[in-house]
Amino acid sequence: MSTTTTASPNEAKLWEGGKSPFNSEYGKVMMWYFLMSDAFTFGAFLISYGTVRFSTNGWPDSNEVFRSFPFAPEGVHAPLVFVSIMTFILIISSVTMVLAVHAGKNMDKQGVVRNMILTIIGGIAFLSCQAWEWNHLFHEGAWWGANPFLNADGTASTTNFTNFFFTITGFHGFHVFSGVLINIIMLIMTLMDKFEQRGHYLMIEKAGLYWHFVDLVWVFVFTIFYLL
Amino acid sequence: MSHSHSDQEAHNAEAMAEIKKVTIILSVFTIVELILGFWMIGMTSAVLKLTIKGTIVILMMAKAFYIVAYFMHLKHEVKNLIMTIVVPLLLFVWFIGAFLWDGSSFRNLRNNYNPYFKEQATIKVEKKVEEHKATDAKHEAAATKHETVETTHEATKPEVEPYY
Repeated sequence: MSTTTTASPNEAKLWEGGKSPFNSEYGKVMMWYFLMSDAFTFGAFLISYGTVRFSTNGWPDSNEVFRSFPFAPEGVHAPLVFVSIMTFILIISSVTMVLAVHAGKNMDKQGVVRNMILTIIGGIAFLSCQAWEWNHLFHEGAWWGANPFLNADGTASTTNFTNFFFTITGFHGFHVFSGVLINIIMLIMTLMDKFEQRGHYLMIEKAGLYWHFVDLVWVFVFTIFYLL
Repeated sequence: MSHSHSDQEAHNAEAMAEIKKVTIILSVFTIVELILGFWMIGMTSAVLKLTIKGTIVILMMAKAFYIVAYFMHLKHEVKNLIMTIVVPLLLFVWFIGAFLWDGSSFRNLRNNYNPYFKEQATIKVEKKVEEHKATDAKHEAAATKHETVETTHEATKPEVEPYY
């Protein structure tokens, strides 16, 4: 690509005017700053979860709570299985998003369309999984302000566990939902040849940054809630 | 624009190889995390558990690095742009350290000076086995939906209000 300039020895000249010192488009830089602020929001949520967990004596065992699987017969416990499928769905949709961005750089409209469709399918699949899990937990009596699960050591638990779980996965799910919407809009714009007319697919790159961020947050949410 | 056609193709091949490599790394790290997670089920040794959890956190950070550096392409940006994004995020080092320390200090204080809080952590509660089915059956009636959740909550509550 024509814009690959490495941080060269004449870096000082970048600031002498006439060209973008970050060698990046305005919208992309702003997307990065937005994602940074979003990272602090998620960080605040997850750190407050950690703080409360560290200040509490007992905590529910995630392998006891998240052990269900759709269509599994009653009594079959499969901890970690369902969530690992969700994780892989999100990783794969992230890969297809990279491929869409890559196709965009080559002005390959067909490639963009194909990979955007795959990414959208991945996003919807993830949301469906989450909807199923939330529904299942709700039927078990878990919700904001209600925690049917005991602590791992058999003592009474507080509602902190479910409050944090639903708030943080809900906030993440909302990000996935808006990411899917953004991707659908990008797909429609691609199909309408908007980017062909502009001569570049930078919008796909910006949508891609957002989508990867959603995947990035899931890496943390998944590890902290399901594994630790 | 000055690139020749073969240059472009070489660059493409390189980019595709990178995507492939990162995909494999992310998948392998996730699988290792899951294996560690399965291994931890039912484990009693606190030291071993802590070691595994530490390993999982390291793998998590490595995955985050690969997503940001390669999928989000940050590694190929100008150094100034990288710095404006990475340096503010270093605040997290302090956030995590300070808040987790504060949390565990609060627990120690309460365990030392609040006998009620400490006692709560030793009283075992009966687990309701039939709860799940009962909730499901009652749930059919939409009107009592909210009430059901409330009752479930009440049922698992200990005799005394826990001190949050």
